[in-house]
Amino acid sequence: MGIENYLQGENYMVTSLTKLVNWSRSNSVWPCTFGLACCALEMIASTLSNFDISRFGSEVFRPSPRQADLLIVSGTLTKKMSVMVKRVYDQMADPKWVIAMGSCSSCGGVFQTYAVVQGVDQIIPVDVYIPGCPPRPEAVLAGLMKIQEKIRTERLDQRPDFTG
Amino acid sequence: MSYKNVIQTINKKFPEALVNECENKGQREITLAKSQFYETMRVLQENPDLPYDLLIDILGIDYTPRTPRFDLVYVLLSTKDFSRLIVRLKAEEGEEIPSVSSIWHSADWAEREVYDLMGIPFSDHPDLKRILTWKNFEGHPLRKDFPLEGKDFDKPFDPETIEDYT
Repeated sequence: MGIENYLQGENYMVTSLTKLVNWSRSNSVWPCTFGLACCALEMIASTLSNFDISRFGSEVFRPSPRQADLLIVSGTLTKKMSVMVKRVYDQMADPKWVIAMGSCSSCGGVFQTYAVVQGVDQIIPVDVYIPGCPPRPEAVLAGLMKIQEKIRTERLDQRPDFTG
Repeated sequence: MSYKNVIQTINKKFPEALVNECENKGQREITLAKSQFYETMRVLQENPDLPYDLLIDILGIDYTPRTPRFDLVYVLLSTKDFSRLIVRLKAEEGEEIPSVSSIWHSADWAEREVYDLMGIPFSDHPDLKRILTWKNFEGHPLRKDFPLEGKDFDKPFDPETIEDYT
């Protein structure tokens, strides 16, 4: 269940730094509140008691991007708002991940128009896409689990922020 | 009774202003001419019988093959007996319309929206600038000859090209 299963003897365990860091990062991914449109309500619904997102470690949704690990872009991204998305993403501290939630932020959705960016991945790098219009809260949780899986299997020296 | 009084007042004071008056789908509608448009709107708001003190919205309609191209529709509401009045005005392309934002303050943003999306400029507006698109957006999106996808749809989008009002 917890960390006690890995203990050898009284109080020591053998692990690799990568595994330890990845385990701690994946189990406490704190999202940033970035609800743009209707998908924001499904994101909020996933935080309620029916679909509790905090059992996956996302206990708090930080309003400030500087204190958040994960940016869930939920909703239609208009060109006027894209400047702000870039600014919010740049303010997040490494390590950071991005989920594009819903079809509008994955690919523009139903809006093939002059004012909608056809997918948030034209502006910021996206790790997981959650399709749906809007995706059910269970789908949001599945996307979060995929991010956790991605974090658990990545190598520390292959992260984009690695400077060593 | 008081609606007829209002129409008679307008006809007496500004005889050429009222072009048409009808009932369109259960809604009272008057069509005004551009001369003395501002004064007629002022009378509509200030007359003591039935003051139309709320401007609900300003709409711009593009009837493209027709000249004059645009139709401006003002939706007025009177809080005295909660009746609505629709005021229509025909406008050419590039023709400046007197702003009614000094009569009803809600016209401020409504006229900015009509300017942004249809390209109808308003004179004497306190701050006429785009409201839904951004500062260096080219064109007026809701005109009939503006393509739905806009310019450069097939190229990837660069947020650096957006310059907005601060």
